[in-house]
Amino acid sequence: MGSTNTAKVDRYKNNFLKEVEENVEEGDWVRMCMQCGVCAGSCPLGPHWDHPPQEIFMMIRAGKRDEVLASDSMWMCTSCYNCIVRCPRELPITHIMHGLANYAHRLGVAHQENPTRRFAQMFWNNVTKTGRANELKISLGLYFMDGFMNGIKKSLAMKKIGIGMFMTGRLDPFGLVQGRGCKGSGDIDKMLKKAFEIEDHRKGYNS
Amino acid sequence: MAEVVATNETIVVVGGGISGMTAALEAAECGKDVVLIEKNPSLGGRVAQLYKYFPKLCRPTCGQEINQRRLKVNPRIKVLTMAEVEAVSGQAGDYSITVNQSPRFVNEKCTACGACSSAVTSEIANPFDYNLSKTKAAYLPFDMAYPQQYVIDPSIVGTEEGEKAKAACSVGAIDLEMEAETINLKAGAIIWATGWKPYDAGNIQPYGYDRFLNVVTSVEFERMMDPKGPTAGKLVRPSDGAEAKSIAFIQCAGSRDRNHLTHCSRICCMATLKQTTYLTEQFGEQSEAEATIYYIDIRAIDRFEEFYNRVQEDEKVSFVKSKVAYIAEDKASGNPILHGVDTEGYNRYAAEHDLVVLAIGMEPSVDINALTSEISTDASGFIQLDEENGAFFGAGCSTNPLDVNRAVQSATAAALRAIQVVNQISRAEAA
Repeated sequence: MGSTNTAKVDRYKNNFLKEVEENVEEGDWVRMCMQCGVCAGSCPLGPHWDHPPQEIFMMIRAGKRDEVLASDSMWMCTSCYNCIVRCPRELPITHIMHGLANYAHRLGVAHQENPTRRFAQMFWNNVTKTGRANELKISLGLYFMDGFMNGIKKSLAMKKIGIGMFMTGRLDPFGLVQGRGCKGSGDIDKMLKKAFEIEDHRKGYNS
Repeated sequence: MAEVVATNETIVVVGGGISGMTAALEAAECGKDVVLIEKNPSLGGRVAQLYKYFPKLCRPTCGQEINQRRLKVNPRIKVLTMAEVEAVSGQAGDYSITVNQSPRFVNEKCTACGACSSAVTSEIANPFDYNLSKTKAAYLPFDMAYPQQYVIDPSIVGTEEGEKAKAACSVGAIDLEMEAETINLKAGAIIWATGWKPYDAGNIQPYGYDRFLNVVTSVEFERMMDPKGPTAGKLVRPSDGAEAKSIAFIQCAGSRDRNHLTHCSRICCMATLKQTTYLTEQFGEQSEAEATIYYIDIRAIDRFEEFYNRVQEDEKVSFVKSKVAYIAEDKASGNPILHGVDTEGYNRYAAEHDLVVLAIGMEPSVDINALTSEISTDASGFIQLDEENGAFFGAGCSTNPLDVNRAVQSATAAALRAIQVVNQISRAEAA
């Protein structure tokens, strides 16, 4: 992944805006931003992240590549769509943020500690393994993400919901040892491999 | 109703605001016959509702006075008030227009003495004050109304109130039997001076104009400064009548926004800069009153830059480069709280003010395409200058969001174009 990052840096030199336009989903909208700030003020998570969207867009135009890609902002987006609805220029801000997150992740330079990103990675690993989400593993993985004692505390706090899910057949108690997969999970592997191949080829990533 | 004689050498002007009056006067003073059609009971339009003009900060009354004087002495102009164009057909040099005229219930004998108004008690919402105040159901639209004739609201016709008004009139000017009329006109050219209307602020959901009493529009704010306006010239909050000493102005309210009006309404920046000067006028130099302007960028077009510089030097006025994201209301005080992030430093703010003024955008007041398909308009519905339009000419704010000065220029240009059309006709008929 690191080599992809170097290749992109070499290719676009100091033109990060062009890099975003050509590589990030909906990235060609970035230059349409008129810096009014409605997105930033409308974001429910606004106070809790490094840079509001309007600042991210300005940083892209200013060529602040490292700061943008390592920002936790795009990982904090909860897809509430408030910004898209209010943007006077109809920029698909939510989609751009997810596009940036995906791009930073594929380059291997994304924010390391951000919990949303860690959970997303955990969910991906879980669901692609057997083709079916293993609720027990995901929940426990999430609870124990920040250490053993925290995990115990959170598990106990969520006990009631866990039992409820078990009673209604939504949680397999043997999931830790043997998760239910889907038929032909090997084919899922093949599909994902092909999908990565196509994406890598189109976007010039080295897997 | 007096006979209206119109031929294909007549110029019909639709709309009696500053642009329509100007176009009609310019054409008539060049010797052309003009019919001026206005849907309201008085000429004057939105300019008459302004407290002051920028940049000289003079009252609109003197300009109106001059124009009314020109109208009175010019026998070539026939004014039809309370009249609306219903249909138009034909081509350049030969148009037929159908006009519907609503009954005024008061004829030309009216001396504007006001006895009818004193006699009645029922009230109606006053459109001259954007419905912020009430007026008697027998009323003069405003002090400088032209013609100086009272109007009886149809709601009291056929009631005891109507009869009271009639009995109070000593000159026999009230005719409660008056009926709507259809008038057919000929015209060689038509000038559409149909003007603008403020964008419906209630559509801008995050600003809560429809929910919060202390969020008003710039046109309403303008009426508040008028000594005869809804607040008798006091800058007070609609919620509790307290003096509004901390006023926030939000620019581009509805303009430059693909969810509302895509165009820049052009005049709102200057209107806000002008309105900040009202604070000193109202509360004095030494007061603690303050204005905060929230903006994307200030567009003080061309020679108005100087005015902008002057306002920037005013210590009472501060500028925040940010389009406000949304407004909340402090329930106890009724204060609007503005939320957003500024662009100079990306600072998050939650700013409390006494009153918010939305610098509301301009849109065409009528959908001209609904009346005739033979006129080309831009994406916002403003009339374009286009040879395909034949002898339809836009004037003033029907063509663009314009300030008064430019509207008058535009109207004079339209008059000149219309004159050329009727001159061609008269030459052809003389040959």
